[in-house]
Amino acid sequence: MNDFLLIFRRDFKGKEAQLSPQQMQDSIKEWQNWFGGIAAQNKLARPLQRWDIDGKVVKSDKHVINGPYAEIKESIGGLIIIKAADYDEAVEIAQGCPILKLGGNVEVRKAVSVEDHP
Amino acid sequence: MEERELLPHLFRTEHRKIVSVLCYLFGIEHIEIAEDIVSDTFLAATELWSIKGVPENPTAWLYTVAKNKTKNHLKRHAFFEQKLSADIKYSSPKAAELEIDLSTKNIADSQLAMIFTVCDPCLSNESQIALALNLLCGFGIQEIADAFLTNKEVIYKRLKRAKDKLKEENIKIEQPTLSQINNRLEIVLTTLYLLFSEGYYSTSQNTVLRKDLCAEAIRLTYLLRDNPTTNTPAVNALLALMCFHSSRFEARTDQNGEIILYEEQDETLWSQELIEQGTYFLRCAATGNILSKYHLEAGIAYWHTQKEDSLEKWDSILQLYNQLLILEYSPIAALNRTFALAKTGGKQQAILEAEKLNLYGNHFYYSLLGNLYTGIDDTKALERFESAYQLAHSNADKAIITKNMDRLKAKENST
Repeated sequence: MNDFLLIFRRDFKGKEAQLSPQQMQDSIKEWQNWFGGIAAQNKLARPLQRWDIDGKVVKSDKHVINGPYAEIKESIGGLIIIKAADYDEAVEIAQGCPILKLGGNVEVRKAVSVEDHP
Repeated sequence: MEERELLPHLFRTEHRKIVSVLCYLFGIEHIEIAEDIVSDTFLAATELWSIKGVPENPTAWLYTVAKNKTKNHLKRHAFFEQKLSADIKYSSPKAAELEIDLSTKNIADSQLAMIFTVCDPCLSNESQIALALNLLCGFGIQEIADAFLTNKEVIYKRLKRAKDKLKEENIKIEQPTLSQINNRLEIVLTTLYLLFSEGYYSTSQNTVLRKDLCAEAIRLTYLLRDNPTTNTPAVNALLALMCFHSSRFEARTDQNGEIILYEEQDETLWSQELIEQGTYFLRCAATGNILSKYHLEAGIAYWHTQKEDSLEKWDSILQLYNQLLILEYSPIAALNRTFALAKTGGKQQAILEAEKLNLYGNHFYYSLLGNLYTGIDDTKALERFESAYQLAHSNADKAIITKNMDRLKAKENST
């Protein structure tokens, strides 16, 4: 088993991106079910962690900008670390992420372990 | 109460109280002396009462005899002045004047101090439970062995090792300080939770023993609730959980001790009184900002006291299982979550998720799959139940699986 980082990105601040209360309610349930499904397979590698929506970005010239945007409008909504055998399995799990329905995307990254650099 | 039942009953209720008070007084290093004195007291009762009849107030008699035996013991032993007296917290000039306080308050204080001693992290969970049963609940070695489905020898050794360990580490029996409560309460709750589960889920055929285990776990948790310093939301949540589960005790086994599944239970046998108590404790638990696993499990248990199937019920249970699993994975929670998912999202969706659970080797897993496939693909359902049967150990589990298979076969034959 390897650890994989799943990063959820979406445009959270744009006007058209805002959810109605009902959508929000439904969305919370979907997230809970998705997290619960991963946890039921014992594939949550770390406890869940909420992240604020402010954020700062350090640019290559060490200049710091406020806000979580790198280059595009999307920002990280959250991330989880899961256990999966390989990229195929991690991607399959990521494909169930509710953010996809909201026009967002999931970046999948494998944790580099000692065995990867013998 | 009949005379022949009186002594065992008093042994159960009074033995632990006197042991706690004496241990509290002597300290853990003289735990055997305390136990010997109490054993002697009950031996004297057995001999004298059978000849002279039961005294008017048997409990008071036991307390008086235990006090006298303690004083005699202290007087007899020359080392008292030099050794033991130095350890006694309630300093008193002479053994004869030593106050052995068997008041309700001191019994409660002593037992609370003992709970925290028994749950010291230097002991394994198994030892903590065995010791709690022995010292705090007055269970004999044979009874503990029955509850753990093992033999007396194993339990004897386990208790001896645990007591030696407490002495070796020089663990004090004292009122827990605020920081100890913060650090240790979680372990105490785990021990009480395991104690309750031992009774509730034990495969031991001895129903009376199992009920006693549950009652003891509730009593000790209630003791924590009764003390203002340990009356935390998590304690209330655990107590609620125990009440909700216990409410079904009468309905979950038939006359032969066979388990009756939840769906088939006669809910008129469910104790409304315990359900109400549980609801009250759960309400008391709803403060603070820590959501413990006991809150979540009590929530799940609450919904199970509502027999009527509704989307709200199963959706609530599903959400609670989601949170529980995120907090702490356990195979049984994973299986139960998938069952709740079938109730809200349908069997097809639940099968998809169940197949990913990777719980091969667990008969409950195959039973769940058998249930999910029933009505969707009966051939597969039968195969899964057969796998479950091969893996199940206890006769009770095998009986339930056989029942499910018979039902499927009957359906096949009728079509």
